[in-house]
Amino acid sequence: MTVSGIKQSHQNSSKPKINWARIEEAEDFANTVKLFRQGKYDEDSFRRYRLQHGAYGTRMTSDYAMVRIKLPAGEIYPNQLEKISQLSEQFSIGSAHFSTRENIQLHWVILEDVSEILRGLAEVGLTSREACGNSVRNVMCSPLSGVCPDEQFDSTPYALATARFFLRNPMAQNLPRKFKFNFTCCENHGMVRMVDVGLIPQTRDLSGIIQKGFRIFLGGGLGNKSFVGYQLEEFTPEEDLLYTSIAVMRIFDRLGDRKNMARNRMRYLVNDMGWEKFQNLVLKERAVVRATQSVVTHLDVDHTPTEIKKPIRISDESGNLISDGYARWLKNNALKQKQSEYYSVFLTLEAGDITSSQLTALATIVREFSSEGHARAGFVQNIALRYIHEDDLPRLYSRLLAIGLAKSGALTMAAPIGCSGTTSCNLALTNSHRLAKEIQRKFLDLKLDQDDDLRDSSIKISGCPNSCAQHGIATIGFFGGGGRVGREMYPNYQMSLGGRSDGETMLGATCHRIPAKRVIPVILKIIELFKKNKKSDDTLKDWIHRIVNGKEDSEVKSILDMRKALDPLTIPPTKEDDPDFFTDYGSDSSYHTKTGKGECAA
Amino acid sequence: MCGMSREKIVKTTTDIDSLRSEIRDKSVRVIDVRREEDYKQSHIPTAVNLPLANLLSDDTPERVLKLVNTMGIDDETRVVVYDDTFGALASRVAWTLEYLGHSDVSLLETTFSKWKSLGLEHDNNTPDIQNSNHSIHLKPEILATSDYLEKTKDNPEVILIDNRERLNFLEQHIPGAISLPYRTLATPEKILRSKEDMKRLLDNRGILGNSEIITYCGSVGTLSGLAYYALKSVGLPNVKLYVKSFKEWKGLEKPIAKQEDANYWDLSAE
Repeated sequence: MTVSGIKQSHQNSSKPKINWARIEEAEDFANTVKLFRQGKYDEDSFRRYRLQHGAYGTRMTSDYAMVRIKLPAGEIYPNQLEKISQLSEQFSIGSAHFSTRENIQLHWVILEDVSEILRGLAEVGLTSREACGNSVRNVMCSPLSGVCPDEQFDSTPYALATARFFLRNPMAQNLPRKFKFNFTCCENHGMVRMVDVGLIPQTRDLSGIIQKGFRIFLGGGLGNKSFVGYQLEEFTPEEDLLYTSIAVMRIFDRLGDRKNMARNRMRYLVNDMGWEKFQNLVLKERAVVRATQSVVTHLDVDHTPTEIKKPIRISDESGNLISDGYARWLKNNALKQKQSEYYSVFLTLEAGDITSSQLTALATIVREFSSEGHARAGFVQNIALRYIHEDDLPRLYSRLLAIGLAKSGALTMAAPIGCSGTTSCNLALTNSHRLAKEIQRKFLDLKLDQDDDLRDSSIKISGCPNSCAQHGIATIGFFGGGGRVGREMYPNYQMSLGGRSDGETMLGATCHRIPAKRVIPVILKIIELFKKNKKSDDTLKDWIHRIVNGKEDSEVKSILDMRKALDPLTIPPTKEDDPDFFTDYGSDSSYHTKTGKGECAA
Repeated sequence: MCGMSREKIVKTTTDIDSLRSEIRDKSVRVIDVRREEDYKQSHIPTAVNLPLANLLSDDTPERVLKLVNTMGIDDETRVVVYDDTFGALASRVAWTLEYLGHSDVSLLETTFSKWKSLGLEHDNNTPDIQNSNHSIHLKPEILATSDYLEKTKDNPEVILIDNRERLNFLEQHIPGAISLPYRTLATPEKILRSKEDMKRLLDNRGILGNSEIITYCGSVGTLSGLAYYALKSVGLPNVKLYVKSFKEWKGLEKPIAKQEDANYWDLSAE
């Protein structure tokens, strides 16, 4: 007997339907890096090339890159999880990071190894192409699309088709700036007004015929300056989806600011021009696009339904394995799907981080438990396992518990978002990443994930004024900066309150500057004030909403009142009294700000 | 005749099928470097046991010579070493034999677990061994010491490779070293990448040609031992193992470099 050709087979091997990769790009990347190192490629062209292929710069060094792997519509298959696990061990730091835009990021990768990662990704049909740079970034879709009880129809196939159409499309290779699409399921699981193009599936009844289409929102976005998007028209039929997308991109391509890097996202164009004028242009442009396509261009939407098949397990461990944590986890991590007997389960990660061994174990769990055979990345640095049969929930819990992924709180305020901060980002001023983890640990210690009043609130922390962690739409949002007492610096955060991304989308109102080491006490103080002043069925989100809008009548009536109430917590001590105050999380040495060049705009 | 030309035909790794036929032909001495209790439970047929810890308790050439002789290995014996630790422990033993002057030694391409999972034969018989009489022809050219490293560290022609995990490297390393974590060298199936894949990987990193290359890892030269064989597998001619590695370097309070200004540990999910 020879052993070649023997392979272990899996009982339920769902394979990716779409191959996003092109293997030749790996080789080209390797050669380009060599030419760059030999000085045959200038710095700017190389940076553009590198970003186009999904390799972002790393904090204070040109030796390392961050590779951003796109998961169009958030879909990730078991073999892809295994491959990313392997790549993270080989070329990164033994862990991977789920971002807020359904990407997986591998940090601290040696630039010369990036091509090996591209090669590995190609083996499982994934790409990092156009994950950075001035292109159409990963096309997002709600992790609940297809299972959400409130949706009109599943927008996943449209998200995938849009991603396919624009990936490597010549018209999307050199936009004035990055361009983002978010598809969602319904108004509540939103994020459609905080993006260049946001889409909610809608149907309308045309004398008995149900027509599919979308409500499209344009010109929103979070950043140094954030804007809420506008709805283009009441209803955009599905056959107009692609024409609309092309029209908007053509206008942006033609009129977007290519000079001023700080103001070249489409939202600035919309703001400068005024919505009505922009809206008019889009509608006219769409008519032109529709009329002048030499062949009928349409999205290649694959409506083949995903096969829902309960996996057969080898080991069907029976017996009562339910531990104390199960009920808590079920309440705070699982949602009933519109398909009866099925649940979607969300995994609580710490600021999006997951180890390589967890990824491998998760691949097996997805195979054994998800009747759709793959997982979905969420909007908040998390992962959703869908089509879990209700009878399997206790077993799934104990399996997740064994690999440290059964932490409670994914669907609550106890799962804060933290961007990568000073762990790897050139622009970061503070360690927002670690702060998010510290807050989560505190919340779970205090069992605040169990508190129904806090459930629909959120905490989001960016390490600088840019909005990678989307702090502008958080109930309590933070972005990092430096504070100063005399000659001493300390890590500091600007706090905003009342941001939201649902049907009443608004940006948080600036409230106060909070030193890093006081962020947790301040959050707890806000909760304390809320508990003292809340109305009977109030939630923290509602209460803060009223304060921000001047509609609260208790002792905290306005942002200014809140500011006063928090004042005592924000006063810096002397360095002798409290040296810890002057250090950031994850560091023993005195705090100082240090940043490099950002690459978003390159 | 035997010197150089012989060395060239020794393969770094031995594939499963070849080893099985060599065992059938009784033309190989197989060394299992796992712990004694694991060995006693079951091992590849005809294998002798040399736990790495036993070797490391005293790895002077005189002691190693004794061990080699009790395993019945003479100058001409073909030796294949295996472990259950992705080849790192086996590499350290193989390298020690090589240092003693034994040229015909290679690593089994896979681990014992994999061997078993493929349903291949294993037993718990301890073979009868006749003592042999090996000679000593030390090969100092494959050994690097801290003194040697001090002398060469500013030489741009010398490539110093750190085979620990990336986070350990970022946190502290020998100045001038480049990071090539041991996991990079393997595939899920085999302890080393295919020759073609390995060559491409190293070539991208500028590890090529006739450069002098020194590998090191955390403490006893296991992970870097695997790297030593990885480099040999693509025919790089001048590779040395800094066998006492970073533990000794740090203990001697030699200079250490780190990646500054970033909290990379907080990015790891522990």
